[in-house]
Amino acid sequence: MGLLDIFSSKSETPSSGGGLTRLPSGSFTVDAKGHILTSTLPQAFPAGQVKEIASHILETFKGAQKEGLPLSEINLHFSALKITARELRGGAIIFLAPHALKRP
Amino acid sequence: MTTPNKILLLDDEEDLLDLYREVLAQLPSQPEIQTSNSGARAIALLESEPFNMLISDLNMPKMDGLQVLSIVRRKYPQLRIVVMTSVVDEQYRSRAYAMGVDLFWEKPGTAQEIKLFQECIESLLGREVQQAGGFRGVQSKSLVDIIQLECLSQSSSILKITNAGREGKIWVQNGEVFDAITEGLSGERAFKEIFGWKTGSFEILPPEPARTRTIFNSYQGLLLDSAQALDESQGTADSNRPSNGETPPSVSPLVALSRVEGVEFLLALSMDEAKPLDSWGLENAEPTSKWVRHTIKKLRGLGEKLQAGELTQFEGFSLQRHIAFATRGETELCAGFKRTLSAEQVRETMKAILNKWAS
Repeated sequence: MGLLDIFSSKSETPSSGGGLTRLPSGSFTVDAKGHILTSTLPQAFPAGQVKEIASHILETFKGAQKEGLPLSEINLHFSALKITARELRGGAIIFLAPHALKRP
Repeated sequence: MTTPNKILLLDDEEDLLDLYREVLAQLPSQPEIQTSNSGARAIALLESEPFNMLISDLNMPKMDGLQVLSIVRRKYPQLRIVVMTSVVDEQYRSRAYAMGVDLFWEKPGTAQEIKLFQECIESLLGREVQQAGGFRGVQSKSLVDIIQLECLSQSSSILKITNAGREGKIWVQNGEVFDAITEGLSGERAFKEIFGWKTGSFEILPPEPARTRTIFNSYQGLLLDSAQALDESQGTADSNRPSNGETPPSVSPLVALSRVEGVEFLLALSMDEAKPLDSWGLENAEPTSKWVRHTIKKLRGLGEKLQAGELTQFEGFSLQRHIAFATRGETELCAGFKRTLSAEQVRETMKAILNKWAS
C-alpha cells in the first residue's frame, strides 16, 4: 500500500496556487447540488477544479432556464479545451476533451 | 422564370408550423415557406425580405396575433394576410376582418378542410397584387380604375385611402373630382400625392355635397397629369438610387446575417453594458443580452482558472431552439437557431454568420 501511496502522493497533484496542470480528458457526473457522483478524470486533476467546472455548468443551465431556454446540452469551446455537458434532471454529465488530443 | 411566392407562417407551436409547412409545400405554385414562432421574429423577417403572404395564429404569448396584424397591415399594406386559428369567437373574426385580413380560417382538422385550405391559399396567391399594385376593397383594382369607375358612373362619394399609416381622401361629386387632402396637402397636390401610393386599402364614404371644390381639372386630365408627375419623380428616384446594390446605412448589419438559413434571432452586444446593442428577431433583447453577458463573463473566468485559453464559442441546444455565441473583436455575436438544426449544422451556420459578420 505504501508503494501506491507514493504514486498518489500530494506532491504529484499540482496546487491551485501555481504550476502547470494538464488539461484532462474524461467525463464526470454531478448532481443538482454540485456533488460529484462519478468521474473518469485522472486523479491528478484537482478536485477543486472539477467542482468549479460543475458549478459553472450547472449555473449556465439554470441561467438559460430562467431565460426561458431550457438547454439540454451545451458545448463550450475554449482554445485548448472543449467541454460538453448534458443536462440530467438538474444535474449533468460533463465531458472534457483537450484539443491537443484531437486527431487531424 | 417567375420567382416563387413567399409565405411566412406564424404560430407559437412548433409542431403546427412543421405541419403547415408540409401542407403548403404541396401547393401547385410551390411557394417558398418560412416560419416564425413569435410575432417579433415575424415582423423582423418581414422587414428583412419581401413576402407575398402571412399566415398567422391569433392566440400567442407575449405579442398576440391581433397586435401582429395591426402592425403588419399598417407597414405592409400589400401583404396578403390569412388568420388561421383555433379561436372561433365571432368577435375575433370580425376584429381580424376589420384589420384588413384576407381570410379568417379555423385551423383545419380533416383532410377535406386541409384541401379546401390549400385551394384558398393557392387562389389568394394567384391574385398577384405586388407587381401591379392594387387597392383592397374592390378586388385589387388600381386607384386609376377606382377613380375612373366613380367618375364614369357619375357617382358622388368620398374615397378614403390608407397606405402604411398615411391617410388620404378624394371627393368625387357627380363624376368629377372635387377635392383631395392628405398629410397637410390639399387640392391637386394632395391628389397627386395619393396617386403615387401603389398599394393600400380604401373605403367609400357617403358624399359631402357641401364640400367646396378645389380641383377644376377634368378627371382624365388629372389622371394624366398625376401619371406624368409620378413618372418624373420615379425617374429622379431611380437616378438617385445607388447602382451597386449596397444596403442603405440605416439598415442593421444583422439583417444581412438573418438571411442565413436556420437563423431565428441575432444579437450583437458589447461586454460594456453602457454601449447600445443591436438585435434582430428578439421581442425583448435586454434580458437575453444580460444573460449572454453574464454567461460569457463566468465562462471566461472558468477558462482562465483552467488555463484552457479563450472562450471561442458557446453552443446550447434545447427542444425550442438552439443558441450560440462567439466573440468577434469588441462584439459578442449571439444567434438563435431553429431547433431542427443538428449540432453540426449549428456549428456550420454560426461559422457562416461569423464569416459574414467579419466581412
